[in-house]
Amino acid sequence: MIADFGYGVIVIAFVVALYSVGAAIYGERTKSANWVESARRAMLLLWPLISLSAASLIYLLITNHFEVSFVYEVTSREMPTYLKITAWWGGQAGSLVFWSWLMAAFASLVTLRKWDRDREFLPWVIVVTSITTAFFLGLVVFYQNPFAFYWSGANGNLIADALGNPITSMFAPIAGASIYFPSDGNGLNPLLRHPGMIIHPPMLYLGFVSFVIPFAFAIAALITGRTDDRWIRITRRWTLFAWLFLSCGLVLGSRWAYDVLGWGGFWGWDPVEIAALMPWLTGTAFLHSVMIQEKRGMLKQWNMLLIILTYSLVIFGTFLTRTGVLSSVHAFAQSAIGPVFFVFIGITFVGSVALLIYRWPDLRGETEMKSMLSREALFLLNNLLFISVLVVCFWGVVFPIISQLFTGQTVTVGPPFYQTAVAPLFAALMLLMGVAPLSAWGLKEMKRMDLEEWAVLEGANIAVTILLSLTWKVLLEQLGNWTLVVIFLAMIHVSILMLYFFKHLVWKPTIGAAAITGLIYAFYTQSVLALFGFFLIALVLLVTIQEFWRATRARSKATQENFALAFWNLFGRDRRRYGGYMIHISMMLMAIGILGINLFQVQTQGTVPLNNSLSLSGYTVKYDSVAQFSGPNGQQVTRAVVSVYQGNNYLGDLYPRIDYYPSQEQNMTIPGERSTLKDDLYIILVDWQPASTNGATFKIFVNPLVNWLWIGAILFLFGIIIAAWPDRDAERVPERARRVHRTENKQTSAAD
Amino acid sequence: MIMKIIFRISILTFIIAAFFTSIALAQQPVPTPSDDQVNHIAHQLYCPVCANTPLDVCPTDACRQWRDLIRQQLAQGWTEQQIKQYFVQQYGARVLAEPPETGINWLIYILPPAIILAGAFILFRALRMWTKPVSASTASGSNEDALKDEYVARLEEELKNRK
Repeated sequence: MIADFGYGVIVIAFVVALYSVGAAIYGERTKSANWVESARRAMLLLWPLISLSAASLIYLLITNHFEVSFVYEVTSREMPTYLKITAWWGGQAGSLVFWSWLMAAFASLVTLRKWDRDREFLPWVIVVTSITTAFFLGLVVFYQNPFAFYWSGANGNLIADALGNPITSMFAPIAGASIYFPSDGNGLNPLLRHPGMIIHPPMLYLGFVSFVIPFAFAIAALITGRTDDRWIRITRRWTLFAWLFLSCGLVLGSRWAYDVLGWGGFWGWDPVEIAALMPWLTGTAFLHSVMIQEKRGMLKQWNMLLIILTYSLVIFGTFLTRTGVLSSVHAFAQSAIGPVFFVFIGITFVGSVALLIYRWPDLRGETEMKSMLSREALFLLNNLLFISVLVVCFWGVVFPIISQLFTGQTVTVGPPFYQTAVAPLFAALMLLMGVAPLSAWGLKEMKRMDLEEWAVLEGANIAVTILLSLTWKVLLEQLGNWTLVVIFLAMIHVSILMLYFFKHLVWKPTIGAAAITGLIYAFYTQSVLALFGFFLIALVLLVTIQEFWRATRARSKATQENFALAFWNLFGRDRRRYGGYMIHISMMLMAIGILGINLFQVQTQGTVPLNNSLSLSGYTVKYDSVAQFSGPNGQQVTRAVVSVYQGNNYLGDLYPRIDYYPSQEQNMTIPGERSTLKDDLYIILVDWQPASTNGATFKIFVNPLVNWLWIGAILFLFGIIIAAWPDRDAERVPERARRVHRTENKQTSAAD
Repeated sequence: MIMKIIFRISILTFIIAAFFTSIALAQQPVPTPSDDQVNHIAHQLYCPVCANTPLDVCPTDACRQWRDLIRQQLAQGWTEQQIKQYFVQQYGARVLAEPPETGINWLIYILPPAIILAGAFILFRALRMWTKPVSASTASGSNEDALKDEYVARLEEELKNRK
């Protein structure tokens, strides 16, 4: 009954969504305010409707209605209520309802808040958001219905298809069939019961869905021909929120992988991870390049393309994780929703790009670029690098599918491919992060460079590169292959050039970074790659700190405020800039962690009898005892107690454990972790023998510096919140835009 | 008849040779491979049945058996290359962390750098195009204007700070 109600409401919501698309288009075309208003009201009805349906689904989940196949698949009697509620997005069908629910909520927020101000855009925003909502609701209605029942035939047996899979449907598949009631459910996949995994998908979805709003405004701008940067200003905060949630989703997902998957790392370049990273990459590029459009009225076409790409990648990300296309092409072909997704992405992408091409001439830049090394050019370079990372990721994810389609051969594209390709790109991004904030001031000095100076500089730099290449043996040994050696030398070359261009501004940070790198060389590592990485990190940190310091000092002098107050007020003056700088600092802290785990991780595995120990890089891990007991969620817990020593110092006990979930026949390995700023000791219980002298098998990782990743992530959060914090004068229009607007008005009046 | 004798002798020689070789091989001490040695190789291989899981961390029983197989092969003196080769022959290229550099697989290594270079080229051309009009109209006036503009902007900024 409740299930029928939930399904009925979803069907109505689907129809309403389609109606709002139709009414909005018709209203706009006939200039009928009534039709547009009707479309708006229909759109506003979506959220309450989907909420009702979702409430029915949650009710079914918490009251153990296992006759509903979705409830059967993701819950079981022993699960606590909060887990049953979060199981809503734990399975495919439910998560599609969740997606549409968020989409409807955001679209309603947009149309409720600023209906009068953005009247010309909003009908088209309704069209785009409602099409997206309708697509997801359509998937629920026709392909992935979370309310479908199990059925039994006249003999009382479960009705199944030829392969033995139970048939699920809303209505009796054959005459005389009755609803089948299993006594207990299958239960949520134990891996998904971790707190990180409970919050991670909503965060990711929030990020995905909020990116639809700037896209919708972009399309509205293209259709209406209002191609100035108004759409960007309206959606600036949405974009930042989308970015915030997507970033949080990525970090939480990484933390979850680190704590639950038990393989010693947090990022395995799994296609599912990359699916979430790809919209983040274009989103980050977009966030940077819209600043140029707002400030200088350039890159309009490019920004449109970026937001279109982001939208497509958001849908593509959902598609990758929801259709089974990743495990094999056959799974894709069998999956009912795969082709539908494919068609939707294709149509929306081609449609949007066609619209963009149609408006291409209107989107020309208002001003010219000043120099090849101006701030704008560096932002474009930043965009190129982000898009390059995207190309690597996209191709890496798609290639196995293409290979299987054309040759029938299944291949794996794993971490080595991505690491090799992405590491130099990220290094280049770091270099940019170091010099770009200074480019506005650096410009003038560069202009003065004449040919002779160029020749001297480039000559000296080539000499340095040649000198460096004399160490090719060391480089080859450490980097592994020739391509990387060449890329590395090229990176050094470009770095020296860049630092020279901005020498009058970065000489202090450069000397500082060189000194820090020297210390690291003396006391920590001799790895060439690591030293280069640490140099870049130190450079960016010092440049950014110098920027903060200079601005604070200037403000303190000018306003007579004390230093701390001046620093605080600095953020108030230009939140986006200083929030952004804070994000840069946080990125560098995260980079320390990433560098640490990628270059210095060590591991060992061994089987030890009770009271014996394993050693790894200064740590000694002694196996003290093991115990078995029942966990709170019906799992069988095997928990080892190990004591950790560094030399003779006792540091404490750790409890690596294996949780066995009998109903899913699934093991979950929870590591024992000891985190410090220097490194993480990460112990996994691999295997154990009861009452035997063989003892237990442990795998131990020492993950240097990885904690900095999480510290950076927290700072990152603050940075985005500062950048996105509403201004008191929220609708403040930048001077340039005001100027443009004035001229526009003048023209209009002249025409009148 | 002679042929038969020759055949028998050759078989005998072969058996004796095999016997001594096996003794010689057995005498070479091959220590029991450690978990770390096994994991070192397993880490470079992917589970042939599960999606995207490296063999050293895969918790399934099948993978445990595959790891034991690697241990046996190591004990028999197989090299890393031979073991990898064996897995590729048995389960196909998907067990490797990167596609082998043959046939269509070249695309995975060539296309991204090609696209990136093309992107860099387009960007370079676009920048040239955008900056040219400024330098073409290098009337010193426009340059001065730019400088003046910048100067005014900075002045305004500083004045704002003083408030």
